[in-house]
Amino acid sequence: MRKLLIPLTYLVFLVLLIVPLIKIAFGAWEDGVDGLIHAITRPEAVHALMMTGLIVIVVTLLNTLFGVMLSIYLVRGTWLGSRLKQLLNSIVDLPFSVSPVIGGLMIVLILGPSTTIGAFFESIGFKIVYAFPGMVLATLFVTFPLMVREVMPVLQEIGTQQEEAASTLGAYGWTTFWKVTWPLIRWGVIYGVVLTIARSLGEFGAVLVVSGNVMNKTQTATTLVYQDVENFNVVSANGVALILVAFSVALLLVMEWSKKRKGVH
Amino acid sequence: MNDILRHKGWSWGFRSTVMLYFIVLIALPIIGVYTKSFSLGWNAFIESVSDPLAWKSIVLTLKLSLIATLINIVIGTMVAWVLNRYRFIGRTILNSLVDLPFALPTAVGGLMILLLLGPNSLVGNWAAALGIEIVFHEPAIVIAMVFVTFPFIIRAIQPILEELDKSEEEAAYLLGASKGLVFFKVIFPVILPGVLSGAMLAFSRALAEFGAVVLVAGNIPGKTLIASVYIFGEVESDNPQGAAAVSILLLTLSFLILWLVNRVQMRRNAK
Repeated sequence: MRKLLIPLTYLVFLVLLIVPLIKIAFGAWEDGVDGLIHAITRPEAVHALMMTGLIVIVVTLLNTLFGVMLSIYLVRGTWLGSRLKQLLNSIVDLPFSVSPVIGGLMIVLILGPSTTIGAFFESIGFKIVYAFPGMVLATLFVTFPLMVREVMPVLQEIGTQQEEAASTLGAYGWTTFWKVTWPLIRWGVIYGVVLTIARSLGEFGAVLVVSGNVMNKTQTATTLVYQDVENFNVVSANGVALILVAFSVALLLVMEWSKKRKGVH
Repeated sequence: MNDILRHKGWSWGFRSTVMLYFIVLIALPIIGVYTKSFSLGWNAFIESVSDPLAWKSIVLTLKLSLIATLINIVIGTMVAWVLNRYRFIGRTILNSLVDLPFALPTAVGGLMILLLLGPNSLVGNWAAALGIEIVFHEPAIVIAMVFVTFPFIIRAIQPILEELDKSEEEAAYLLGASKGLVFFKVIFPVILPGVLSGAMLAFSRALAEFGAVVLVAGNIPGKTLIASVYIFGEVESDNPQGAAAVSILLLTLSFLILWLVNRVQMRRNAK
C-alpha cells in the first residue's frame, strides 16, 4: 500500500499545486525580462498593486484591533448573557459561508448610490460604493472571522487564573492585558494577522462587485489580473499574478513558522 | 493617565463600539440582502428565482460542487492518511503546501488552470485532439473547485488521525484482519465525522467560489454559468433584486450547511 500511496500523493500535489505554480513562475517570462518588467510597471499595474497594498494595511489594522477586542468580550465578557454570547459567536462565522460576490452585493445594496444612506454620504461628498471605502468594507466583511477564530480558542485555553492573579495583585485592566494576556495570545494574533493579509491580498469577488473595477481608480491587483485575462492579455496577467504568488508563498512560510511558535506556547 | 483609563466610560465606549462595528459590518448586510430580495414582493422573488437561466445556474452549481466535493473526499482522505502515517522525503514540504490554495488569490488559481489547460497549452491541445474539452466547459469548473477546496478535508482529518488510538487497530490486525478491512472497519468510522465536516465546508466553499471559476468557465448562460457568476452578471446589468433573490437561495443553503457542521463538531466535542 505504502509503495502505491506515496507516489499517488506526490502525483496529486504535482498536478494540483506544484505544476501550476511552476507554470505561473515561468509563464511570466514568456516575453522575456522586458515583457515582465513592462507588465508590472504599467501605470495601471502600479496603481492596482498600490491599491491592494492600501486595502491590506487598512483592513489588517482594523480587523486586528476589533477582532482581538471582540474575542476578549466573547470569551471573558460577563456583561453579555451566555445566550447572547452563543448567538454572536455563531454570527462571527457567517462571512465564511457567504459567497464573496454576495458579500459585495450586500454592500452595494445597503450603501449604493441609490440607497438612502449612500445618497446621504454622496451628498456630503463621501463616496462609498465604487470607491475605496466600499472596497475596504467588502474586504473587512470577508476577512472578519479569521482573527476572531484564531484568538478565541487561545483565550479559552489559557484560562483566567493568571489574569485574576494579576488583578488581585493590583494591576489595572490595561496592565493586566499588556503584561499577562498579550504575551500569551501573541502568536495566535500573529497567525490571525497573516491569514487576514493573505485573504485581503487575494480578495476578488467582493471587491470586483463593489469597486466597479475602474482602471487607475478602483482596480486592485486581482481585478487587474481578471481584466487582463478578459482582454486576452495573458502574459501581462501572468506578470501581476507572479507578484501575488510571491507574496502568497512568503505568507505561507510565515504561516508555517508562526504555527510552530504557536504550538510552543 | 491610569486614572483616566480606569474611568467606567472607557469600557462602555469600547464595548458599544465593538458591538456596533460587529453588527453594522456582519449582521446588517445579511439582513439587507434578505429584505432586498423581497422588496418587490413575493411574486417578483418567485419570478427571479424561477427564471430558467437562474434555475439552471443553481442546479449546475450544486451538481459541480457535489462532484468536486466527492473528488476531494477521496484524494483528501488519501493525502491526510499518507502525510500522517508514512515518513518519506519531502513530507513536511508537502504538508505545508496543503494550505497553498488558502494563501493564493483565487483569481490567480483560475489563471493557473487557464495557463495549464487552456487553448494553446500542451495539455489543452492533447485533450482537444482526443475530443475532450476542458477549459470553458464543466471539467474546468470542477478542477477550479477541487483546487480551491483542497485543504478543507485534509485539515479536518489530520487532527483526528493524530489522536487515533493505535491499540484498536493492532487488535484488529492480531485478530487477522487485512489492511483494507482494518481501514474500512476500524479507522474510517473514527475519521468519518472529520470527513463529513470537512466535506460540508468544502461543499459550501465550492458553492460560493467565484474568482477561480469565472476565469475558466466561459460563463455561457444555461451551460457553464454558475450561480455566483450569474449573480455578478445580474449586478452588472443593474438588477439588484434578481441578484439578491438568487443570493438568498445560496445563502440559506450555506447557512444550513454551516449549522450542520457546528452540530457535528459540537457532538464530537461533547464525546
